[in-house]
Order: sequence, then structure tokens, then C-alpha cells
Amino acid sequence: MIRTPLRPLARILKARASGENPDHIEQENLRLRREAARDGARNRAEGRLLALSLLFMAAFVVLGARMGLLAATSPLELSRGISEDISGARADIVDRHGRVLATNLATHALYAETRRMVDPVRAAHELAHIFPDIDGTRMAARFTDPNRRFIWIRTRLSPEQMQAVHDIGEPGLMFGPREMRLYPNGRMAAHVLGGASFGQQGVRAAEIIGIAGVELYHEDRLRDPDQADQPLELALDLSVQAAVTEVLEGGKHMLNARGATAVLMDVHTGEVISLVSLPDFDPNNRPPPPTEGEPADSPLFNRAVQGYYELGSVMKAFAVAQGLDMGEVTPATMIDTRGPLTFGRFRIRDFRNYGPQLSVTDVMVKSSNIGTARIMQPIGATAQREFLDRFGFLDSMPLELSEARRARPLLPDRWSELSVMTISYGHGMSTSPLALAAGYATLVNGGRKIAPTLLKQDQVQPGAQIISQRTSDQMKLMLHQVVQEGTASFARIPGYPVGGKTGSADKPGPRGGYMDDAVLATFASVFPSHAPRFALVVTLDEPVDTTGPEPRRTAGWTAVPVSAEIIRRVGPLLGLRPVSLDVANARFEQGH
Amino acid sequence: MRSFLYLCTALAVIALAAWAYRENHMTQQAMNERRALEREIALLEETIRIQRAEWAYLNRPDRLRELVDLNFAQLKLVPITGAHFGEIGQIVYPLPAPRAEISDAIEVYGDIEQLSAPAEQQEQTR
Repeated sequence: MIRTPLRPLARILKARASGENPDHIEQENLRLRREAARDGARNRAEGRLLALSLLFMAAFVVLGARMGLLAATSPLELSRGISEDISGARADIVDRHGRVLATNLATHALYAETRRMVDPVRAAHELAHIFPDIDGTRMAARFTDPNRRFIWIRTRLSPEQMQAVHDIGEPGLMFGPREMRLYPNGRMAAHVLGGASFGQQGVRAAEIIGIAGVELYHEDRLRDPDQADQPLELALDLSVQAAVTEVLEGGKHMLNARGATAVLMDVHTGEVISLVSLPDFDPNNRPPPPTEGEPADSPLFNRAVQGYYELGSVMKAFAVAQGLDMGEVTPATMIDTRGPLTFGRFRIRDFRNYGPQLSVTDVMVKSSNIGTARIMQPIGATAQREFLDRFGFLDSMPLELSEARRARPLLPDRWSELSVMTISYGHGMSTSPLALAAGYATLVNGGRKIAPTLLKQDQVQPGAQIISQRTSDQMKLMLHQVVQEGTASFARIPGYPVGGKTGSADKPGPRGGYMDDAVLATFASVFPSHAPRFALVVTLDEPVDTTGPEPRRTAGWTAVPVSAEIIRRVGPLLGLRPVSLDVANARFEQGH
Repeated sequence: MRSFLYLCTALAVIALAAWAYRENHMTQQAMNERRALEREIALLEETIRIQRAEWAYLNRPDRLRELVDLNFAQLKLVPITGAHFGEIGQIVYPLPAPRAEISDAIEVYGDIEQLSAPAEQQEQTR
């Protein structure tokens, strides 16, 4: 900007020429200049005032908005404690009635900071007094080792032990808060729950991680901080589980069985109400996995889910169901049962000779291997494979257990005509008790597929129709007749009509072939037989009934009485009213 | 007039400052209280969880069974079976309430003196 001179020469000369006082011009210009300066200053001041007032406005608006927001929000409890990377929080696990199966308990871990210790040697020996498994001299050596500053001594302490450690009075012994996983029911449902152990450890907290069972399978759900307050609801019923365990344990001891397992399932929802596998273990103190011997003998082995065995005659129900469903036979069709049935160099025999022919119902009731083989022969391998696949027998079970996904059935390499016949009576293909329970549930629930689940279900969509309602009704009656007239006579219990099928499979020997005196006895049952609501599979490993003159190993003498006792005990617990056999028979006659 | 306005403003500022100071302290006190309450809540929640765990532990099926066996002499508890269910027809109807027998004498309780009515009334009733 060009500054205007106070006395522009042109104007002065002009003024002088016209006789005016040139000082006026100077004063005039001075005035203009001052006015301009004043306007500028005012503008600047006004701008500053505006900016300042806007700033204040903004500040007040922000404060006001914040206050309004605080007043409007509902009072919320702020998160307590320190949010650390390592958190021991883990949701509880409860049974279907809300009884606690697994919970977290606050406890303390013991560690030592050696630099703060006053008398490490004495402290080490005092510790050895409190904990018998601590070697005092070795601990003293560790305490006095100049390279060590920090030593974990115990991961959990009981309150009494903590007090005892306090009483040592050693400032270098410190306690770190810990969450501990507690299974208050001890061995109950051990195989379902699995177990937990510590993951990453910090001084203030330690992670709890599931190592098996539901704890491992639902790891993310249980550790999710948003859902830590809501317990995981299982389908198990603790009182039923306790009753089943008690009866099964008694049966296992009486029959000298190596192992036993029971699966109780709701046939409509697929909820597993009880799952027991013996021998079991205490999940509070989970034993290490076995390093030698047969893995199936370890208590950690879940026989119901991981135990894939040839289960024998219980599979006949599926052969008969397929025959009925495909319209190849009716319950009254006569089947040629003259034996032995030879196929190549293979002979199929029956437990005893049942005469020249039997009706399809009697094939089931008397459990004729030849009969089922003859029913399946015309149906063939492809159809059989496809039929069993629909039931889920050819794949691992979709149960919410980490073990279930890893266990797979053994299937024949080549599904030959001979395989068709042997599989029809349960040999040549392995099945787990859980898969069997799910299969029987489908047989009697109207033919709908169910997905076995360990979680409590509120509403279940009916699954795909696998066999027709008519076949399902016929199977119900046949299973009922097996108990009333056939191999499972011990399952006639007053009040609870039971339907089922026995199976006694010779166990495969260690060097191929089958063993003569080692039997896997299975009873797959449904109750009440006229309108089944529950399926129960009981399998005993090498049971022997020695009450008679000669040892009896068949399922009818071993698995059936145990199952009967279980049903007698759990029927009322499941809310079933007893009905007389006449009522059940009347229902069957109405249906046909 | 102007000085009065200034005085008012100054007084208002002092009052507001005092108020803000008080609010600040109240807030801090409330926050301290909140922290103490949170600690207490955490402690109580922990206690509840321990109690729940203990309750579950004391009610574990093994222990209940042992208790039932121990106290069988007094309680005679047995596992429930189908035989424990009953038909509705088996329930006995409540018996009609026993009617009081009517005897000749009027049975009364209480002090005799109060019952002695005036003589003429006694005669009237006769």
C-alpha cells in the first residue's frame, strides 16, 4: 500500500495558487489517516471479542451437552478393578436346572521375591513343613540362588495354607490373587466338563483355559467378558446324572466289567440328559494323559463319545427299519433263517437255531443274524451306505465336545456284499454309544433326524424326515416286543414300559479275529415304549454275570438289568408318570 | 449505577466460584464413595460366588447320598421310583367335619359369676 503523503505537492501548489492555507490539507489528511487507524483497531477488537465469545460459547455448549448427556444416561457401574491383558474371568457352567457344575473361586498363588527375603533358609524349611511335597533343602538352594529373583511356589493355596504361610512372617513370600476352576460335584459328569488349567500367568492374575470337554469346546464363549455373568446352560440333569452314575458303577462292579458307559437322550430335541463313562476321573485334579497301555483303559477316555466299537445286534434295528422303510418287507413277512448262511468261505450263524423261517418281527425279537442278513441282501451296499449315512453313522458326531469331533467310525474299506450282511447285524462297522442313541431316537421319534447336543435347547426345529412315520411306529412296536417276548426280558419294569434291542458283540482280539470270552454288551432302549421320550444306551465292556452255574456274558444278562435299574431310577426324575403295561399295549393296538 | 452493576457481578462471580468449589468437592466425595461401594460390591459378589460354590459343594450328589445313608434310621429316605406315584382316586376325600353332639346341659366356659343373670330373666326363660 502506498502511504498517502500528508502534504501532496500537487494539492499544495493548487491551494497556494488559489490562496488557501495549505495546512488545512495537512490536517485533513491527518484526520483521515487517524480515522482509518481507528476503524482498523475497532475491527480487530470486534473480531477478537467475537472469537472469544464464540470460544466461550463452544466451551459452555460442550459442558452443557456433557452435563445433559450425563444426566440423561442411566447410572452405570463402571468396570471394577484393573483391566489387565490376563484375565481369569470365566463363566460358570450349570445344568438344565441351574445347579452349578463348574465355577470360579478366588484363591491365591504363592510366589517368592528372593531379594526381599530376610531369612530364605528358614522360610524354605517352614514351607516344607506346610507343603509335604516341597523339599526344604532344594527350596533353600533356589531361594539363595543369586540368579533368581522370582520363584513361583504354588499356583493355588487353601485359606488354611495361606494363613500358615502368613505365619512364617517372611516378607519375601507374596500372594497373587488367582481365580481357580472348581467342579463342586467332583467326578460327576467329568467327561462332559473335561477340565481346565492355568494358561498365561501374571502376578495379579492367571488365565484359566479349558483343556478338554465342554470347557475346551466353548472356550471362547466361556472367556468372553461380555457373557462372563451368564452361565453356560448344559442339557445335563445333575440328579439324573448322579442316579445313572450310581447304578452304572454298581453294575460295573457286580459284573466285573472293565468299563461302562451310558447315554440318555431326549428323542425329540437330541438333548443329552446324562452321559456317563466309567472309569472316570476328578476334573479338579485331572490325571495326565496315559503314556502306556491301551488308551481306552485310561479314565480320561470318553467311552460314550470316543469309544467306537462294533456293537453287534443293536444295529439290526436299522437293517429292519431300512427293509420296512423301502417296502421290501412288512413286520409279518416270513424270512428264511435256515443256517448257516454261507457266503464264499464266510459262514453266518445264529446264537441258536431258530427253525426254518421267522417273521421280520421275530427276527428282531429273537435276534437272528441270518434273518437280518437275508433282509439286507436284496437291498445292497449303496442303499445301505446311504441309509446309514442319513442317520449320521458314517461320520463323527456333531456333539459339543472337543473329543467328539476327533473320533470317527471305522468303516469297511470296500463295501462288499459280505459287508452288507455283516453290518446288518452290527459287525464290520464301528459305532459309538452316542451315535447309537441318536439313531434310536430317530427310529422312534417319528423318523426325524436329531442333532445330539449338550446345550439346553428352548426350541428345536424338527429335523429332516429320515424314515417314514409308519416305519417309526412299526419299529416302536418291535422294540416293545423284544422286551416283552424276546432277549431283553429283564427290562420289564413295572410302570415304565421299555422298548429296546440287545447287542452282544465279541471284542476283536489284539491279533485279529474275535475273542471268545470278551464281549461288549449293549442295550439300546427307548422309554416309555408306546410314546418314547428318552433313548438310553448302556454299554458294558467285558461284563460277566457269575451268579448262575456258568458265566453269562450276553447283553440280556448284563446290560439289560443295568439299563432296567437306570430307567426305574430316572423315570420319576425325568417327570414321567408310571403307566401300566395294559395302557401301553392299548396304545399300540390303537395305532395298528 | 455502573458501580452497583460491577458490585453485583463481582458478588455473582464469588458466589458462583464458591458453588463450583463446593460442587467439585461433593463430586470428589461422591467418587470416593463410589469407589468404596464398588470395592464392597466386588467383595460381596466374590462372597456370593464362594457361597454358591460352597452350596454346590455341600449339595453334591455323593455327599447327599452319604447323608441319606447316615440318617436312614430317622428319615428313611429312598430313591423315588414309579411306585411312589399315586392315582388321583387314591386320595381320600376330606371327612366331613365332626358335628358337635348336642347334650342337654348348656356347656359354658368362663367365670360363673358373670353368667348369673337377673332373677326375672331367669324366670322368663323357664
